[in-house]
Amino acid sequence: MKRTDDVVLQTTSQVTVFIIITFSAFLFLAGHNNPGGGFIGGLMSAAALVLLALSYDLKTVKQALPVNFHYMTATGMLIAIFSGMGSFVFDAPFLSQAYDYFDLPLLGNVELATAMVFDLGVYLAVVGVTMTIILSIGEDR
Amino acid sequence: MSNLTIIPLLIPLTTGALLVFFRNQRIWLRVISLISVFLNVAVSLYLAYQVYHKGIFTLNMGGWAPPYGIVFVADMFAMILVVTTTIIGAACLIYAFATVEEEKERHYFYVFYQFLLVGVIGSFMTGDIFNLFVCFEVMLISSYALIVLGGKKRQLRESLKYLLINIVSSAMFVTSIAYLYGVTGTLNMAHLSVRVAEAGQGGMMTLVAILFLFVFGMKAGLFLFFWLPGSYTVPSPVVTALFGALLTKVGIYAIIRTFTLIFYHDPGITHTFIGILAALTMLLGVIGALAYRDVNRILVYNIVAGVGFIVFGLAIANQSSLEGAIYYLTHDMVAKALLFLLGGIITAAAGTDKLSKMGGMIKEYPLIGWLFLLTTISLVGVPPLSGFIGKLLIVQGGLEGGWYWTTGISLLMSLLVLLSLIRVFLQVFWSDNLHRVKPPQPLKLNAGLVTPVLGLGLLVILIGVCAQWLYPYVSMAAEVLMKPELYIEAVLKE
Repeated sequence: MKRTDDVVLQTTSQVTVFIIITFSAFLFLAGHNNPGGGFIGGLMSAAALVLLALSYDLKTVKQALPVNFHYMTATGMLIAIFSGMGSFVFDAPFLSQAYDYFDLPLLGNVELATAMVFDLGVYLAVVGVTMTIILSIGEDR
Repeated sequence: MSNLTIIPLLIPLTTGALLVFFRNQRIWLRVISLISVFLNVAVSLYLAYQVYHKGIFTLNMGGWAPPYGIVFVADMFAMILVVTTTIIGAACLIYAFATVEEEKERHYFYVFYQFLLVGVIGSFMTGDIFNLFVCFEVMLISSYALIVLGGKKRQLRESLKYLLINIVSSAMFVTSIAYLYGVTGTLNMAHLSVRVAEAGQGGMMTLVAILFLFVFGMKAGLFLFFWLPGSYTVPSPVVTALFGALLTKVGIYAIIRTFTLIFYHDPGITHTFIGILAALTMLLGVIGALAYRDVNRILVYNIVAGVGFIVFGLAIANQSSLEGAIYYLTHDMVAKALLFLLGGIITAAAGTDKLSKMGGMIKEYPLIGWLFLLTTISLVGVPPLSGFIGKLLIVQGGLEGGWYWTTGISLLMSLLVLLSLIRVFLQVFWSDNLHRVKPPQPLKLNAGLVTPVLGLGLLVILIGVCAQWLYPYVSMAAEVLMKPELYIEAVLKE
């Protein structure tokens, strides 16, 4: 992708990228009880990064987020697999999940679920895969 | 209920994800994949042994009981295939160490290799028809990557065709699942079987069954094999061996599973149709094998002929023919993997795949020559090698079931397979070909090339010789296919 010098696009995306990422975090946390979850959250985060890449260029995105997206995908997969395997310790079937309510400072009474860990894996895998695809298509000229 | 059921799937899955981190360290890539495949052979053998003594193992993912949750089922039929898959996976991996270029290794060859195994093993073990689709896709996506890896012009052209064909058939697969769900309201295979038995297999269900037959037939190369010779000849030999031994067999597995568990009520229509397709596949496959003059295509058309024969065993659908089909399926997986690995060595040693430019290789490569002959006579079904028992049982079943014509065709096919492969053997190894083109430097047979072919060769002998010891396992597998209620009871017991 060539560098564009569209000031309007760059200024707006500086703001909107944060809004999109915040909303993707909200969707990610809302998962497993409400619409949302790792997949949608991941896609939306990736969309924010793609917007950044479109308004600036891929180099800027790589500078802002110096992550190897291949490793990110693999990490996500491993997290998801191991969160499923966690149930082996409790002699429950693969992928069994548990949840409970905790009193946390500031947040109050919060439901914490092991499904969140699985979702985190999905989130990382989705962001990693989407960015890998976009980057490899974008670099290809 | 045992978590052991999922382990054969989790080992390659975890390994595949782990290998991404070792992209540039060849040693670690190889060490980890090697440990993983052998561990998986051990685990699946253990699981098969447990299933033999304790009956069918099931696992409800996340504790969600069927028919709502996704269930994994380890019955004997699935386990025999899983064990064979892991063994072939191990053999091909060692062969890959010796043949795959560093460039491909860096582009995640071993990662996709492991994911291919995930897809194949998952397809064998899942008890949910939508999950079967998912596992098919995992397998196919890895196969797209493996087929295009290397990026030669011919590879790109053939993989594009392969991709399109498979996307169309996957779309058809989902459509048939949607029809099935619309009629029965469930996707769990055991529950489907119950529902179809209750409501009767009317015209609509038979139509859905035929749709499924087309989808799986496309994947298995049953009659709809037009895409197969092109796409299976372009990747490196080890990938072709893997595809020929595993991918088409997953399609056959799906046909056998659905038509013994779900759509078994109207054999007059469905099974007769399958029988006709099987006979045509055998004939066309063997004609292809006789018509071509390059090693790769001859071997690829032999896959097609084998597919027809195994599916014929299903069409007859009595105890002995199903036992034969299972036995022959196992044998065919091992023998085809061996055949393609040998084919890879032959073409590498000759520097060409044209028969007319080969000859007299028995002097330089006696071991490869004799192994090729062993595989040939085993595929034809000469006792005491592995192909004999399967063929005997299917032919016996065919005569019992009154399928005289098709049995005749299958015997004719055996002879023609012999002709096609013996011709390769005579030309490549025995002839004094004046037009022989020698490559600049001879191929060195190192341990990485010889160990897997020797191992599989030994297995081909053992499967035949130890038939007495293997037969109870095969018989148990066929019993579940003959009596779907055993499968249903194991899955829906709670």
